[in-house]
Amino acid sequence: MSPSVKPNETNAVANNLYSDAYDWTNQCVKCGYCLPACPTYESMGVESASPRGRINLVKMAAEGKIDFQKDLAEPIDLCLGCRACETACPVGVPYGHILEAAKEAIENSPSANKKNKMNKIKKLALVHLFPYPNRMNRIGSAVQFYQKTGLSKLIRSSNVLQKVSPALAQLEQALPAIESSSKRIRTGTIMPAKGETKLKVAFFAGCIMDSMMSRINRLTIELLNLAGCEVILPENQNCCGALHSHQGETNQAKALAKRNIQAFMQSDADVIVNNAGGCGASLLEYGHLLADDHEWAGAARAFSEKSKDISQILHQLGPLPFTEEWQGIVSYQDSCHLRNVQKVQKEPRLLLQSIPGVCYVEMEGFDRCCASGGIYNLLHFDESMKILDDKMKNLKDTKAATVVTVNPGCQMQMSIGIQREGAANQIKSMHLVEILAKACGLD
Amino acid sequence: MEKEALDDLRQVIPNDRMFLDLAERYCYSYDASFGEYLPEIVIQPKNAEEISEVIKLANTHRIPVYPRGSGTSLSGGPLPVKGGMVLDMTLLRDKLIIDRENMLAIVSPGVITANIHKKAEEAGLFYPPDPSSSNVATIGGNLLENSSGPKGLKYGTTKEYVIGLEVVTPTGEIIRTGGKTVKNVTGYDLTRLIVGSEGTLGIVTEATIRLIPKPQSKQTFVAHFNHLIDSGHAITSILSSGILPSALELMDNACIRAVESYRPSGLPLQAEAILIIEIDGHPLAIEEEINKCADICRAEGASYVKIAETEEERQTIWSARKSVSPAITQMGPTKISEDATVPRSQIPAMMERLNNIREKYGLNLVVFGHAGDGNLHPNIITDKRNITEMKKVELAVSEIFEAAIELGGTLSGEHGIGTLKSPYMEMELGITGVNMMKKIKEAWDPNNILNPGKIFPDKGQTRVVLVT
Repeated sequence: MSPSVKPNETNAVANNLYSDAYDWTNQCVKCGYCLPACPTYESMGVESASPRGRINLVKMAAEGKIDFQKDLAEPIDLCLGCRACETACPVGVPYGHILEAAKEAIENSPSANKKNKMNKIKKLALVHLFPYPNRMNRIGSAVQFYQKTGLSKLIRSSNVLQKVSPALAQLEQALPAIESSSKRIRTGTIMPAKGETKLKVAFFAGCIMDSMMSRINRLTIELLNLAGCEVILPENQNCCGALHSHQGETNQAKALAKRNIQAFMQSDADVIVNNAGGCGASLLEYGHLLADDHEWAGAARAFSEKSKDISQILHQLGPLPFTEEWQGIVSYQDSCHLRNVQKVQKEPRLLLQSIPGVCYVEMEGFDRCCASGGIYNLLHFDESMKILDDKMKNLKDTKAATVVTVNPGCQMQMSIGIQREGAANQIKSMHLVEILAKACGLD
Repeated sequence: MEKEALDDLRQVIPNDRMFLDLAERYCYSYDASFGEYLPEIVIQPKNAEEISEVIKLANTHRIPVYPRGSGTSLSGGPLPVKGGMVLDMTLLRDKLIIDRENMLAIVSPGVITANIHKKAEEAGLFYPPDPSSSNVATIGGNLLENSSGPKGLKYGTTKEYVIGLEVVTPTGEIIRTGGKTVKNVTGYDLTRLIVGSEGTLGIVTEATIRLIPKPQSKQTFVAHFNHLIDSGHAITSILSSGILPSALELMDNACIRAVESYRPSGLPLQAEAILIIEIDGHPLAIEEEINKCADICRAEGASYVKIAETEEERQTIWSARKSVSPAITQMGPTKISEDATVPRSQIPAMMERLNNIREKYGLNLVVFGHAGDGNLHPNIITDKRNITEMKKVELAVSEIFEAAIELGGTLSGEHGIGTLKSPYMEMELGITGVNMMKKIKEAWDPNNILNPGKIFPDKGQTRVVLVT
């Protein structure tokens, strides 16, 4: 047995990782209870693709025993970040924190290959796209143009995208129909409650949600109004920074968090509501992200405490005034970040079951990540599709006509899965907000 | 690893199931004990034939081989202590057949034990051994370590259920032992010899296990005791009254305090012990039995007795017991989990000895366990980076073993000997007893290929060494 060794002093990155994450890695008692919860361990079948293996590798890297790029980068990169292992862990190891510390260390390690092609795409999106609502909107409008003009049909029939990248081709087909920008609600607008005002709510619009899925955002606000919320869309809000944290770009994530805290704390809302599991988890962790920043720590904690998922608020204020009967079987795929980080599990289910006429059937493995994982399905297409295809078998077993999610990534991933199964005529993937809105006669 | 050996292995195992890179090797360097040894290579075989070929090559090139399931072992069972090759058996999971008529299951070694529980119950049957790791652990690992759990009291351990095996021997032959019949007295009972051999006598590639009818119903109750000695008397009175609970679990005061500070749920901080008792069987019978047990506990001085009336109340009672592990690991990163076991009449005496050890060394020692069968889990919570304290832990661990054996007990009730307890084998078995076992090992495995460094101590090794 080798006793723990402090790393070589000259290795600054290992030292940083040592001070950031070493104590966390030591909390792991290697019992292995995380193994059955991990989708990548199940699909890849090797210990390095398990939480226990990854935690141990981070520990080895912090001790200077293995190389960041050669040994640590790939196992860490292949993690979906679904954090189901945290829910399974009997001793409460903060895996998410270890993962992000590792990503940051890998990103900053001297041997990092900055010319890597994938890195370039990531950087482009993370640094120059997601943080800028205007740019995201322009992309949204471009995609809408692309869909409306029939260009999309042409591209699909030519199969050109498939040749460039199967991952992109799948994603393109899964994109929802984008609503015209004229329907988009402008920031700064206050939308009054229908009837009595029960709660004042500030809505977090998100970056992808706001540009690609603005319809769902619009319906979210209308549902909140219907449930008795006065909704404000604070100005100057921006991307939550989740994708940045997940890719090791911690400084950028912190900057985005501060801008959001500033934007939202100016409103006098009781609650900050979001409708995307991944964003919600990130907002909930601002307190942790900025814990060491004396100037911001208090405000960040207050922000996180106010942050809630749409399902929590609608359930709290319910029942909703449904006007339509729903036909057919509905099933629900948990968003990992909603389930495992925000610990919201029952509210979406109860809301679905409250829709008149719904026959709700639980899917085997509902708590298993769908392998969308932020942009995991773009970066690791084959690994992602293997996990997704298994999930689709479970979905088919429920005989559901509708599968509901509470996260844009999961929703698109479900659409990809349905297309891969050739089941587009039998199953539809919907956001929780869409199905509730439809049953309430909104749309 | 030598190039020649590697070239030979490549003839048998494809590259994508053979790992030589550092990251993957580090991932198979540990188990749930706290040893760490780096293997030279990790191989994931898919069937008995591949394993047989690999073992033959290992004999030719003198490479030590360590079979491994999910690595939940608490005794260091699968650790590659002499370098060499780890055989990750988790891909051998294609077979899980429930034979309802013969009340049997035929399973591949990589099948997760909880899946056997599930499939058996679907058929109205029951596979009793239930180590707390059963959602993770493989049946192959369970039976080579002869694991059990809370139900051991009534239903016995893994060895009571294994009746037939397919095994790759340490020299690479494939043999079958036992069979499908519950009665079988043909020749030596090799099945029993291999079960619990901790991977030193063979690699199991298929097992036939016995299933029993699923109990119709169960009931649970909890009792608090202000004096530990009273809880000990309650245990012996219950067991001598003719009632055989399916579980009889104990938590000591240190445990109670740890659980309460981890997840406050109104546990009695002044109590010296909590007993949790579960009875299964026919609903009418258990109704009577559970009341009788509760009466016994009251008569022996329990300050509080509560029989669960709903499933929710039952879960609440068990959640205290299930919180023990997470609660105690909050007190330090290193947990040394022992499973010294004594005859159940000696439980009060053993608790007394453990108290003395705790005070003598000033260690964070908590005790819980399956008191009904005398299988206690003294856990020492420490930090392996604290060398001074670890030296004290070594001495304390030795004294725990000595106490168990002096009271007529054993080194291990369910975790196995592995690397941690081998120095004490002579203490329990005597030199002739250990030598008899060694002769078996030498006859089966002349080149000492299979899981070397386990069970038997190295020359001159007289006590456990936790830090060097």
